[in-house]
Amino acid sequence: MTILDERPPTARAFTAILGRDLVVTGRELPSFLAQVLLQPLFMLFVFGKLLADLGYVGRGFGNILLPGIIALNAFIGGLQNTALPLTLDFSFSREIEDRLLSPLPTRLVAMEKIVFGTIRGVVAGVVMIPLGLVILPDTVLAPASLLPALAVMALGAFVGSAVGMVVGTAVSPRGINVVFTVVLTPLMFTGATQFPWPSLDRLPWFQIVCAVNPLTYVSEGMRAVMVPQIPHLPLWLCLLVLAVAGAVAAEAGMRGFGRRAVD
Amino acid sequence: MNAVEVENLTKKYPGAPQSAVDSLSFQVSSGEVFGVLGPNGAGKTTTVGVLTTRMRPTGGLARVGGVDVAKEPTRVRRLLGVVPQRNNLDRSLSIRQNLLFHAAYHGVRRAERRQRAAELLERMGLAERGDDRLDNVSGGQAQRVMIARALMHEPQVLFLDEPSTGLDPQSRIFVHECVRELKDRGVTVVLTTHQMDEAAKLCDRVAIVDRGKLLALDAPAALVRELPGSTTLTLSLEFAESAESAAEDVNAALTAVETVERVEAMPGGRVRLYTSREPGEILPAVLKALAGHGISLTGLDVAQLGLEDVFLRLTGRELR
Ligand SMILES: Nc1ncnc2c1ncn2[C@@H]1O[C@H](COP(=O)(O)OP(=O)(O)O)[C@@H](O)[C@H]1O
Ligand SMILES: [Mg+2]
Repeated sequence: MTILDERPPTARAFTAILGRDLVVTGRELPSFLAQVLLQPLFMLFVFGKLLADLGYVGRGFGNILLPGIIALNAFIGGLQNTALPLTLDFSFSREIEDRLLSPLPTRLVAMEKIVFGTIRGVVAGVVMIPLGLVILPDTVLAPASLLPALAVMALGAFVGSAVGMVVGTAVSPRGINVVFTVVLTPLMFTGATQFPWPSLDRLPWFQIVCAVNPLTYVSEGMRAVMVPQIPHLPLWLCLLVLAVAGAVAAEAGMRGFGRRAVD
Repeated sequence: MNAVEVENLTKKYPGAPQSAVDSLSFQVSSGEVFGVLGPNGAGKTTTVGVLTTRMRPTGGLARVGGVDVAKEPTRVRRLLGVVPQRNNLDRSLSIRQNLLFHAAYHGVRRAERRQRAAELLERMGLAERGDDRLDNVSGGQAQRVMIARALMHEPQVLFLDEPSTGLDPQSRIFVHECVRELKDRGVTVVLTTHQMDEAAKLCDRVAIVDRGKLLALDAPAALVRELPGSTTLTLSLEFAESAESAAEDVNAALTAVETVERVEAMPGGRVRLYTSREPGEILPAVLKALAGHGISLTGLDVAQLGLEDVFLRLTGRELR
């Protein structure tokens, strides 16, 4: 029998669990990409290109839409990729048990799920950048704004992933479809993805509704970075709100995870 | 040293009318094969769940390797391995990857885990199947993969929850051989079962539980021995004449033997004696009692009661 050194292998265990998720994603890459790419591609094409070419929306709309779609993809990507697998793990498959039996505190197993969801959300957001630039010829992205854009995406995906953990640990697999429709649809359409939040001045009640949606701050943050000429919320405010929302949701999500993980 | 210590362990699920585990206490010494025997719903899986940090106890104390499972779950997890009742293998990974990642979760270095995985796959007769996915793996093979996986981080205590339930006879035998081999290697084994023969065959000591409570705890042979009349002697007798009265006389004479606890007349002129003594010990007195009744002994059959009978005696119910 080996003598265990007393220090628990926390960092190695965390890396291994994240490695497992990445290996599995790598194997399922085509279906993952299809899942995160198809809907936003069509949205960009129809709303940003087609309607503009047909003259129903202004030429500049693509510049408003692209940062919003990237934000949406990062946020929703994080949310879905955390919530859906969790509901399955905690009901049918029980596959996660082996990781819950690893010498990693349960909170960190939960944290790994949030980190992994964040990575998937960031990938979902990043792949939209070149695609958006190709589909919408009028749009540009200054090389200097690439890093800040990545930072906003990462924070947005993190908040989405943390919210996904709250949802995924609170809802049974039977309820997840209904909850997704009921939660996701309003989130997607009140997140300032298709319009800049400051322009909602004329519709104050809707502006307030949007202000409660964390996605709004991801969209506005992306605009602040990618298209600063368009009126937007200040970047520092977006980052602050996202950081606070992320911390609160992550804590709630990890608690929910702990309740589901240990009977 | 005690590998497992359980004191007044209680687990009541929220909303359940009764405790699933009710003030259970036992100790497992290091290197022992310890059985928890009980019918479905006795609380075996719940007990294993608490001991392996997967469930929170509502009362009492549980230690594995001297470490409190409720207070220091992460430390305990390094000491124990689990083969759960339900298949929980990672279906997104191959058989070998299941082993490799498990070891990685436990911080085993890369070269070491490769070597251990190869060894264990070989030992479990899965060497050729290592790179297969789990989709078309039989129940017996899945069980072997789970045993191999549990051993990847070389636990000191291995918990097996109903390891052979639902398996074909060959796979059962394989699991039993595994348990013996682990014992030889000095690994402490705690296994649950609802099969008496399995408990009797594998375990150094057996805890009989029902409805969350401990009913008896001892070596299988000792549990049986403590049953009144745990040994039976069946005598086949040939009567010379006037069978009726002779049979009654014989019964009376045998009942009079001090070490015979009960006499039962059987069809075909046979008589069954119940005793707690060794058969050799009571035979002289029995033969003496038979003498002078004009009968000859034509056959003798000795049998021991089993753990089934212990359970029946303790609960008044059949085990299954
Ligand atoms: N998650 C649970 N929630 C509520 N009750 C449970 C749960 N798991 C088991 N039970 C109940 O606890 C009792 C003991 O179950 P269990 O430990 O699975 O027994 P065994 O493994 O001996 O068959 C049973 O009455 C069972 O119905
Ligand atoms: Mg069970």
